[in-house]
Amino acid sequence: MANKSVWSDNRFWKRSAAWVTGFSLILLILLTFDTMSQVAMGNDADLQNGVTKRVPGPTVINYKITYEMSAKRGHEVPVIGEKEKFFGRDDYSEKEAGALLHLGKLGQQAKNCMDCHTLLGNGAYYAPDLTKAWLDPAWGPEGPMQAMTGKHTKEEAMAEFLQHPNQYPTHARMMPDLGITAKEAKGLVAFLKHMSSIDTNGFPRNFGKMQGAVHGK
Amino acid sequence: MASNHLTGIGGESRQLATWYFTFAAIIFGAQLLFGLVAAIQFVMPGFLYGILDFSIARIIHINALVVWMVFAMFGSVYWLLPDETGIETVGIKIGKLLFWVFAAAIVVVVLVYLFVQVGPADETTIWFITEGREYIEAPRWADFGIVVVVLGFVANLFFTGMKGKQTGIVTVLMADMIAFAGLYLAGMFFTDSITMDQYWWWWVIHLWVEATWEVFVGAIAAYGLITMLGAHRKVVEMWLWIEVAMLFGSGILGLGHHYFWIGAPEYWWEIGALFSALEPLPLVAMFVHVLYDWGKTQGSADERGDTSSVISNKPAFTWFVLNAVGNFLGAGVWGFFHTLPQINLYTHGTQFTAAHGHLAFFGAYATILVGMFYLAIQGTNGLKILNHTKLSIWSTSMIAGGMMGMTVALTIAGYIQVVVSRAQMGATWAAYFDGQNGMWFAQAMDWRLIMGVIVFAGFILLAIDLLSTGKSAVHEK
Repeated sequence: MANKSVWSDNRFWKRSAAWVTGFSLILLILLTFDTMSQVAMGNDADLQNGVTKRVPGPTVINYKITYEMSAKRGHEVPVIGEKEKFFGRDDYSEKEAGALLHLGKLGQQAKNCMDCHTLLGNGAYYAPDLTKAWLDPAWGPEGPMQAMTGKHTKEEAMAEFLQHPNQYPTHARMMPDLGITAKEAKGLVAFLKHMSSIDTNGFPRNFGKMQGAVHGK
Repeated sequence: MASNHLTGIGGESRQLATWYFTFAAIIFGAQLLFGLVAAIQFVMPGFLYGILDFSIARIIHINALVVWMVFAMFGSVYWLLPDETGIETVGIKIGKLLFWVFAAAIVVVVLVYLFVQVGPADETTIWFITEGREYIEAPRWADFGIVVVVLGFVANLFFTGMKGKQTGIVTVLMADMIAFAGLYLAGMFFTDSITMDQYWWWWVIHLWVEATWEVFVGAIAAYGLITMLGAHRKVVEMWLWIEVAMLFGSGILGLGHHYFWIGAPEYWWEIGALFSALEPLPLVAMFVHVLYDWGKTQGSADERGDTSSVISNKPAFTWFVLNAVGNFLGAGVWGFFHTLPQINLYTHGTQFTAAHGHLAFFGAYATILVGMFYLAIQGTNGLKILNHTKLSIWSTSMIAGGMMGMTVALTIAGYIQVVVSRAQMGATWAAYFDGQNGMWFAQAMDWRLIMGVIVFAGFILLAIDLLSTGKSAVHEK
């Protein structure tokens, strides 16, 4: 078949495919460099100086975290407030907090959390999203979970639940006992608290703000 | 499967392909079986609780999915290489050895998932039990094994392509498979940051299923059109290059639609929205391509006065057409439904995603790979024309119909989740279960299970047909 026009020429399309692919790839790599610098984990100095990071350092567990509407950005963002006790302390060093987060992230993978739950909205859809679980009113002083587990703080209630989930059913769909130890549970709760401080561009929307919208008060 | 016709040039490569296909079909069955377990658990949460929990059933469901598809993809390449290059595959002995290594490793990984399930929160679990990252939970030791096996496969492909005739299809496959193998490396490290974790995890998952795997499907479809219809190679390969340009042009930066909410900067909203909105276009092109070539070839046969069908393998071609439709519908339409950030803010992490995932993996990949099974049966039995049997028609209809029904059910479930759990209740633990307890959600899950049973029954018929059709009298020798 004679090539009558460039539009029916295989070499033209082959080269176009190579150029388009190469261009997209270069753009992706450039954007990845920029994203990597923007999502690099912050450190303790950032937190003390009030420098906002998309992913704060592990010592964010020493602080109170809330999720508030930002007029400037048009959606909710995590706000890091004053000091707050976490398992009785608010002076975790960078090393201690880092070790807890490391343990929690390992635990998150070792227990296959994302094959029932979603984290940052990714995972399985058999159990609630955990992106902002730390901020869930269910675990707060007004919620049922502290009374259910017989604990007086959010972190202790969460840790107790994680160790014996089959004793505290919240639904017919119960979390199974995954052999989580007390130490691992503490790491997992630190991981959850840290995750709630990540700037997720307003996901999930209206988190924890809409209690009673369906059932009325 | 009788292998008496797998002789001559390429016989070894084809035989290896049948091994890959056989193992793939078995794992396909396992995928459906564990999917059924998970679907039952949505309806009856106490089912196998504490023995085979949802998380384990789902790990096996989605890992088996990836594994059988990769096996069938490798099988497809070993099957078509002799046809394309005109020579026996280079290094076929190593290829055969690697098959057994790969299969054995998969069996060990699955047994550990089933019987060990979880481990302590330390590196030994990551190395030997599970990495806990969806689709690629396989422990680190297996990662290294997989890399070795895949590099061996890529080497087979490259040396054969360079020694024999390097057609356009082979060139595309060479470029595509090296990218496919390389991307796996992005999922092989541990990080404390969940944001960083998800950023690179998506490089593997997205750039596989929305870029390299799609290009693979384009190449296989091109091969199928030439083999089954006798379509003109130059035209088919020109389409293939256009599809590669469109698939990579939209798919690579379409990656951005996974970066909306993981902690990455806002500019991914615009980039992800724009490029992922373009992703359905090549799928339309592929759909048109298959139907156009079919009509054109049949039309010119009709003009010559030959009114019999130009299709030399009816079941395979049926699956290839289902691929063209399913890819567009499952990956294209169901993907586009929720790809814009304004919508995705509410649909992200709901059954909407599950609906899209089910129809896309089935439509884009399962279909064409089952089609390749049928091409292998035709070749293995030395048949001139492979016709439909009652079983092949029933199994195809049940599987395709069941998958579509499942997708509709999951879409309805997703809709309830979006309205109740997300829009009204604000995504908390209580909001989640309010959505799950809704009547529409519960009924949708019942329907999903019923449709799953139909798909599984269809698979049993498919397996029987694959094993028996070679000896049926309906075919032309």
